[in-house]
Amino acid sequence: MDYASKLSLMVSVVAVFFGVLLLIFFLAAKAKGKAQTPLARLIFLGPAALLVTIGLVIPAIQTTYFSFYNSDGNKFVGAKNYSWIFTTPDNWVFLRNTALWIVITPILSTILGLTLALLMDRMKRESLPKSLIFMPMAISFVGASIIWGLVYEYRDPAETQVGLLSAVVSAFGIEPPNWLLWQPWNNFLLMVIMIWIQTGFAMVVLSAAIKAIPTDVTEAAMLDGATGWNLFRKVTVPMIRGTLVVVLTTIAIGVLKVFDIVRTMTNGNFGTQVLANEMYAQAFVQFDKGRGSALAVVLFVAVIPLIVYNVVQLRKEQSIR
Amino acid sequence: MSVPVRRRSAAIVGGVAAALLLAACGGSGSGDNTTSAAPSSTNTDPACADYASYGSYPGTKVTIFTSILPPEQQKFESSWAQFEKCTGIDVVYEGSDQFEAQLPTRIQGGNAPDIAFIPQPGLLQKLVQQGGPKAAPQTVAANVDQFWNPAWKAYGTVNDTFYAAPLGSNMKSFVWYSPKVFAEKGYEVPTTWDAMFQLSDKMAADGIKPWCGGIESGGATGWPATDWIEQLVLRQQGGDVYDQWISHEVLFASPQIQEAFTTLEGWMRNPKYANAGFGDTKTIATTAFQDAGKPILSAKCGMLQQASFYAAQWPSFKKDVTIAEDGDIFAFYLPQIKADIPTPIVGGGEFVTAFADRPEVQAFQAYLSSDTFATLKVAAGGWVSANSGVPLETYTDPISQLSAKYLTDANATFRFDASDLMPAQVGAGSFWKEMTAFFAENKSVQATTEAIDASWPS
Repeated sequence: MDYASKLSLMVSVVAVFFGVLLLIFFLAAKAKGKAQTPLARLIFLGPAALLVTIGLVIPAIQTTYFSFYNSDGNKFVGAKNYSWIFTTPDNWVFLRNTALWIVITPILSTILGLTLALLMDRMKRESLPKSLIFMPMAISFVGASIIWGLVYEYRDPAETQVGLLSAVVSAFGIEPPNWLLWQPWNNFLLMVIMIWIQTGFAMVVLSAAIKAIPTDVTEAAMLDGATGWNLFRKVTVPMIRGTLVVVLTTIAIGVLKVFDIVRTMTNGNFGTQVLANEMYAQAFVQFDKGRGSALAVVLFVAVIPLIVYNVVQLRKEQSIR
Repeated sequence: MSVPVRRRSAAIVGGVAAALLLAACGGSGSGDNTTSAAPSSTNTDPACADYASYGSYPGTKVTIFTSILPPEQQKFESSWAQFEKCTGIDVVYEGSDQFEAQLPTRIQGGNAPDIAFIPQPGLLQKLVQQGGPKAAPQTVAANVDQFWNPAWKAYGTVNDTFYAAPLGSNMKSFVWYSPKVFAEKGYEVPTTWDAMFQLSDKMAADGIKPWCGGIESGGATGWPATDWIEQLVLRQQGGDVYDQWISHEVLFASPQIQEAFTTLEGWMRNPKYANAGFGDTKTIATTAFQDAGKPILSAKCGMLQQASFYAAQWPSFKKDVTIAEDGDIFAFYLPQIKADIPTPIVGGGEFVTAFADRPEVQAFQAYLSSDTFATLKVAAGGWVSANSGVPLETYTDPISQLSAKYLTDANATFRFDASDLMPAQVGAGSFWKEMTAFFAENKSVQATTEAIDASWPS
């Protein structure tokens, strides 16, 4: 098929789609009396419910089902895949790393973001530095990993160091290590990438929250003699507590999913494996459906409390405003 | 909607025009939808004399599904254009970069292609177990017996039934070096294993680290190191142990396989030898396999063990690089170790598997396994066949020619890449991972081999 016929096909498909929609709305508008409310609900909720079922509910059930089956998905093996996850000593590495990631990355991103937000709060032209710090947000994880891969690039000490970090370190007369092999610190070097990306997000959201604190509250506190650290700790932080929690949990959810960074930088070698990348490797490189699904379920279960907490906090915040 | 419809009007269109038409049809699935005159007089062309034995099947269609994408697709299509013209068979080519994921789905969905080019014997075995592949016709078996080293037929055979003839091949038992540097320094290309290490010591004494290597390859990091082990196992133990190693009758932690690991330890993990131009031997784990050969051009590294397809990397280091026996870069055969294991070769390739047994499909299978097809395809360039019916002078570049010389050697001990034949949990999992740790963490031979054994699916 040439492009003209493809294009005309596309146009006609879209036209048919809108025609069907118009017909449904037209019929719905005709409905009167008792049928009106349930019909309206069906028309507005139906498509969304259908798509959520196809795209989320069914796959989730299927994945859970396969997590109790063998690698080809044709023999029931009970909880074997789960016991494999938690009892294989090799796997403790990625469990440990995932725990480290989820604790360290959100906290550091939030602290850095909060500090930057406070520092820039009174600046004259805060939008410029803010945009610069926010900019990494626009880069994909893979792109960011490639950039940082160049930073961590290592060469033989006899050669010129082309990696930024190696060059800086050797400028101080220290022989740089091969960063990505430097266990266990290489995990932190990978986290730096995530922190670099998320700090901007934390800063922008927290800065908005700080600006939303009514001036009368801070003024009252200052009249009572609160200054500097005290003002920050006893007034600012409690006033933005909800936002802080939302920022922390949002980053934590992102961290649980992080696999692009690890996959691009080390592919989980050198003791840097994390749960999400292990899941991908099991399911799509080694074609072990059972283990891959079991890992996905563990990830899913781990992320549920975070999402619930996140949503509850968001609701609370909205109800205050 | 994207099923290409193409009718042949072969009697009218000349061979060149047909080839052009095919090239124009590639990929997008566009083509002439016009109904043509009935292709009745297809076999009157004198150029069709060679194709008479395949028969005439006017108005029939054979579909191919493969992972090989353009521009290779056009070379394939032009090499069977004359066959299509003479037999009246319309060959419809479909390439996909998701081939391995899509093929089983298509078979299960009752939408199997007539022919698939399967890049791994392991996948063929799996498909045969699930049902789908059809046994190859006698003509194909006869061609394979005539033209290929017997090992190739074994890889196309499952449970004593021969299914798939080999198509393209690659040769992994090469060592890349710089003829220029060798000439300058007075080094000679080694033809024995011992000579290779005497040369390595000589280079080391001259202040050139002899070996460079890189096994970083994104999601497949570690695979070049699995190739090194395979080369050593085949050279030290021979084909039988190699086969038993693949089926896990011989364990990784057995003395035979550990011998290969120990040899590799003294070779690529030897700080005297590697990793030239990159740092200590640990950098082998962090150096991209694509970059590994670069220091050879600047005489910082002596040699690199890599496959024939590494030829594609050199132009990215130096634009006008000459790959020839007297050029900037060339390769020599990684020597054999034991006299009673002649010319061990580790390689790879695709296999033509049919999912239909209609006469036109079998005719096309027979053509693909013939020397006629292989010679035409080789002449199109950049492709190697282990078909010994292809005259070596057909090859246009010296590396392909050298590869073919070894791949067509009937007395060679040819074996397929072992990691491709092992279960994916090992071949695409722990073997890669543990080889990476072997270099990155200086993991001991004992610990490395035991860890791979432990991951073998029960």
